[in-house]
Amino acid sequence: MTPYDFLVAPFADYVFMKRALAAALMIVLASAPMGVFMSLRRMTLVGDALAHALLPGVAAAVLIAGLSLWAMTLGGLVAALVVAGMAVFLTRTTQIEEDAAFSILYLFALAIGVTLVSVKGSGMNLLHLLFGDILAIDEASLALVAGVTCATLVGLAVLYRRLVVEGFDADYLAVVAAGHPLTGLTHPAFFMLLMLNLVASFQTMGTLMALGLMILPALAARFWASNIDRIVPLSVVLAALCSYVGLLLSYHAGVPAGPAIVLVASSLALLSALVGRVGSFRNYLQK
Amino acid sequence: MAQPLILLDSVCFAYGRHKALHDVSGSFTAGSLTAIAGPNGAGKSTLLKAIAGVIKPQRGFVRLDPSIKGRIGYLTQTSAMKRHYPVNVGQVAAAGLWPELGSFGRMGPTHKAKVAAALREVGLEGFEDRQIGALSGGQFQRLLFARLLVQDPQVLLLDEPFAAVDAETTARLMQLLLRWHGQGRTIICVLHDLMLIHKYFPESFVLAGKCMGRGHTHTLFEQKLLSFDLDMAELLSPTESQTHGGPHDAV
Repeated sequence: MTPYDFLVAPFADYVFMKRALAAALMIVLASAPMGVFMSLRRMTLVGDALAHALLPGVAAAVLIAGLSLWAMTLGGLVAALVVAGMAVFLTRTTQIEEDAAFSILYLFALAIGVTLVSVKGSGMNLLHLLFGDILAIDEASLALVAGVTCATLVGLAVLYRRLVVEGFDADYLAVVAAGHPLTGLTHPAFFMLLMLNLVASFQTMGTLMALGLMILPALAARFWASNIDRIVPLSVVLAALCSYVGLLLSYHAGVPAGPAIVLVASSLALLSALVGRVGSFRNYLQK
Repeated sequence: MAQPLILLDSVCFAYGRHKALHDVSGSFTAGSLTAIAGPNGAGKSTLLKAIAGVIKPQRGFVRLDPSIKGRIGYLTQTSAMKRHYPVNVGQVAAAGLWPELGSFGRMGPTHKAKVAAALREVGLEGFEDRQIGALSGGQFQRLLFARLLVQDPQVLLLDEPFAAVDAETTARLMQLLLRWHGQGRTIICVLHDLMLIHKYFPESFVLAGKCMGRGHTHTLFEQKLLSFDLDMAELLSPTESQTHGGPHDAV
């Protein structure tokens, strides 16, 4: 087997592999930078909870409208918004903290979703909803991913400097940028972008894997670069690499693509934590 | 009497059921240099946040003179900041350009010169590319003062700027504060170090949930509201602070 056969041929010969790679590369362009800011804002677990919270919305949409892409997207968004809104309500009016509120709500949502799927299971595959199927992605889903990627890149360009300054010293930004219409909206806008990305990557990776390409390469990048200006582009490169290697692994070893990609990405994140250049276990030993 | 630059009228603020500020009134005139003193948990940081506009009083109000809108520099306690955030010294100091550049403005040569001058002023020349995680506590605080220098505000609100800072840095930053004072800027500084308050701050504001006394620092020392032998926690004794409305005699 020549290197070409091993590395390039799967994508040159099969349309489904081409589409899978195209979808993954588009997703990482937006979601890896989102992941960097999520980790800096300590939102990785909140993101995880939101990803699970999509499920009942999607399941309900399938029950009502069948396997329609737009209905599923809308259902997922509505469910995530409801969960986020309830979490804010519980955090503000009761004694529990945000993470605990999200734990209650996402378990609740997940249970509703799985129940809906198993009670009215016909035409809906639970495994597909949980793990997605990037190899079966169609034109419409590709278009959705492309649209969300464009919107996210524009959104991040507008918010970038705010996100960087606010993540370091939120009070400072609140005072120097007081009165600017975007000042109170940075967090909600970031939250909306997060939900959009989760819904889009849900279409390809499924709910359980939606966060994989978002968080794992971003965390890995933080072990190799020390400045935000380098971490963000590096996270995109690493995420693209994980997608490519994961798809190759899936093709050659005959394993499902979603888990294969996340397997590669999580291995990279763990390896980076052990031997990375910045703040890794290796640095800890050298102290 | 001069029109106050900052006016507090019966400001109340509570975190959940815990009352941090109770009916705090007072004023700060233009060009004054005031220390906010009081025991731990007296609401000093909360009061500063209310003046900065970071939090809104639940009752009462904070009135700022229109001339200082957008000209406030606020420095939160450094212990609340992420010391390992992935940015470098130059980037943090350049954040002081926010009022000029906002989200999209591009740094020109004059901006870069301003940042470099501020870093030189606080003794961090040549540190531009160093990550903030590599700074000592004193260097980190100097960097935040450099950001204030770049921002060039009329009113400075500083929360414990000399906590966790070496003596040399304290001396250097205190000189900077006095120079700002000499330039006519208004400075309000939360401090627990009574020696510094006594030596450098003409005015003081003694806080223990409510305003216990305010005015000339030396008068407050004469009234024993500020005292080197006084355990500040005595000001907070619950029966005293709830039953009496007037100034508290701590002897």
